[in-house]
Amino acid sequence: MMDGGSFVTPDGRTIGDVLMEVRNITLRFGGVVAIKDISFDIREGEIRAIIGPNGAGKSSMLNVINGFYHPQDGEIWFRGAKRGPMKPHAIAHQGIARTFQNIALFKGMSTLDNIMTGRFTKMRVPWWQQAIWTGPAEREEVENREIVEKIIDFLEIQAIRKTPVGRLPYGLQKRVELGRALAAEPKLLLLDEPMAGMNVEEKEDMSRFILDVNDEFGTTIALIEHDMGVVMDISDRVVVLDYGQKIGDGTPDEVRGNQDVIDAYLGVAHD
Amino acid sequence: MSAEVLYTFEVILNGLMAGVMYALVALGFVLIFKASGIFNYAQGVMALFAALTLVGLQNGQVPFAHLLNAIFGTDMHYFGWKLPTIGGVPVLAIVLAVFVMIFFAWAVERLVLKHLVNQEPIILFMATIGLAYFMEGFGDLMWGSDIKKLDVGLPQGGNLWLEEATAGWGGDAFYGFYIDNLDIWATLFAAILVITLVLFSQYTKTGRALRAVADDHQAALSVGISLRSIWVIVWSIAGFVALVAGIMWGAKLGVQFSLSLIALKALPVLMLGGFTSIPGAIVGGLIIGVGEKLFEFSIGPLIGGATENWFAYVLALLFLVFRPQGLFGEKIIERV
Ligand SMILES: Nc1ncnc2c1ncn2[C@@H]1O[C@H](COP(=O)(O)OP(=O)(O)OP(=O)(O)O)[C@@H](O)[C@H]1O
Ligand SMILES: [Mg+2]
Repeated sequence: MMDGGSFVTPDGRTIGDVLMEVRNITLRFGGVVAIKDISFDIREGEIRAIIGPNGAGKSSMLNVINGFYHPQDGEIWFRGAKRGPMKPHAIAHQGIARTFQNIALFKGMSTLDNIMTGRFTKMRVPWWQQAIWTGPAEREEVENREIVEKIIDFLEIQAIRKTPVGRLPYGLQKRVELGRALAAEPKLLLLDEPMAGMNVEEKEDMSRFILDVNDEFGTTIALIEHDMGVVMDISDRVVVLDYGQKIGDGTPDEVRGNQDVIDAYLGVAHD
Repeated sequence: MSAEVLYTFEVILNGLMAGVMYALVALGFVLIFKASGIFNYAQGVMALFAALTLVGLQNGQVPFAHLLNAIFGTDMHYFGWKLPTIGGVPVLAIVLAVFVMIFFAWAVERLVLKHLVNQEPIILFMATIGLAYFMEGFGDLMWGSDIKKLDVGLPQGGNLWLEEATAGWGGDAFYGFYIDNLDIWATLFAAILVITLVLFSQYTKTGRALRAVADDHQAALSVGISLRSIWVIVWSIAGFVALVAGIMWGAKLGVQFSLSLIALKALPVLMLGGFTSIPGAIVGGLIIGVGEKLFEFSIGPLIGGATENWFAYVLALLFLVFRPQGLFGEKIIERV
């Protein structure tokens, strides 16, 4: 059912071709094996959750996908082509954007400027032209500014446009970070615990934004989340990691019924 | 108004203008420190090198003349032409010198910084000390070590218009403000440069990228900013700032080794303004400029003069004691 072409999920959502595939990835830090021989794919238009207990290797997997970490073994395929070793900034230019588990915003900069940096890959006028503020430089600045204002409206953060983000409460910072990633109009959006540390209301808002992004822009999303309720609600497919290994992969319902997954979450001793 | 007050005012004006020049040098430090956490010991030598290059290009000096003559047994020193000027301003030589400084920035990134990514700040600092001495020697080798005159076509000497216009203000004891033309121009250029830099960093993509890199490397990478190309840009801008500083100080003092010591003037400014704040560098420069001129004017004669050599440091130290984070730095609160 899942090989090639599109398919329809139990919720009646149509999921497209494979966009990103990791094959037999192994990542070690000295003696620690953070990821052990893991393979899975992310399909166009889906919301793909990565779950697992603390230290399972979820963040490491995102870091491999966006190029912060280089796996010792395995292959990464993106948009049908095998990806060689690449620098993270080059991967961003390929259309992969992300947020971080521990918020990595530019603290001294305003909300607006933070989201504007998200447009970096879309702005092409060379720096010396910006320095002397040529016509094309000005036009590009204005056009991109308009797009950023739309994102600000979409995320309902008009009130904090000019506020230095370091002063914002945690929940809003997470939202600005999402805005910065969205600004890149990514083909693949990676979200590392977008709802961590939020209250129920903030979580609901964030879930709604994620679903809207996926719906309105058709953005493919891979997200890490600990809140099972949220995961089951918003994701199309779930991959489950534990101690660096993949122990489950499928629709939320399939995963929920998987004995290994239940054991991992109930803390049954590993042998 | 009494002559006394007016002369004090003149001292303050001169202090402000000196201050803009200090700010200019300090700015070079701040730019690099913010973006890469490197305290660039070579900033002063960069100003010297830039000025040497400008003079050399303008006068058609043969680069590496001593070396070439020694190898080939020739006796060449000048090509025998001068680059054209526009209204006495060596525009072409300045443009070429800008390109040389950009090339220099690129070379520094390629040959030095690239290999020192993620090293301790002290290691990077050491590297810039090495760089400073290398450039000093390289500058000597390339352009010779004799004192050179730099003429950038700016008027020199006291501004007569201002002197005459203000002569009547303070009775017989006051002869009008004496302000050096070169200082006026230097202040003007430095001010324009500073404003341009601020606008550039606020309102352009590359400016934002510079601030982004200064703030968080990982986040900057994740939005597609290449740290290495930003470093080249930052060093290019610092090179450009060094060139402007080199031109202004070089026109005043002649282009010679002591030009590189203007960096020492920037240190107290940095202590005052903080290492990461552009407004801090500007305001700090002005405070030091005015402070040292006023001190020399009022207290200097009582204690034998020459206070300008050390006053700035004492002022900066006092500041450090009471505001260790600098004028504009965030208060540092240690978590326990
Ligand atoms: N840069 C690193 N250097 C050394 N070890 C690392 C590094 N990054 C991750 N690890 C190790 O890899 C393992 C997986 O970490 P990872 O951060 O991927 O877990 P996670 O699933 O995201 O956990 P959490 O839910 O707590 O965020 C852990 O043992 C961690 O200590
Ligand atoms: Mg994690």
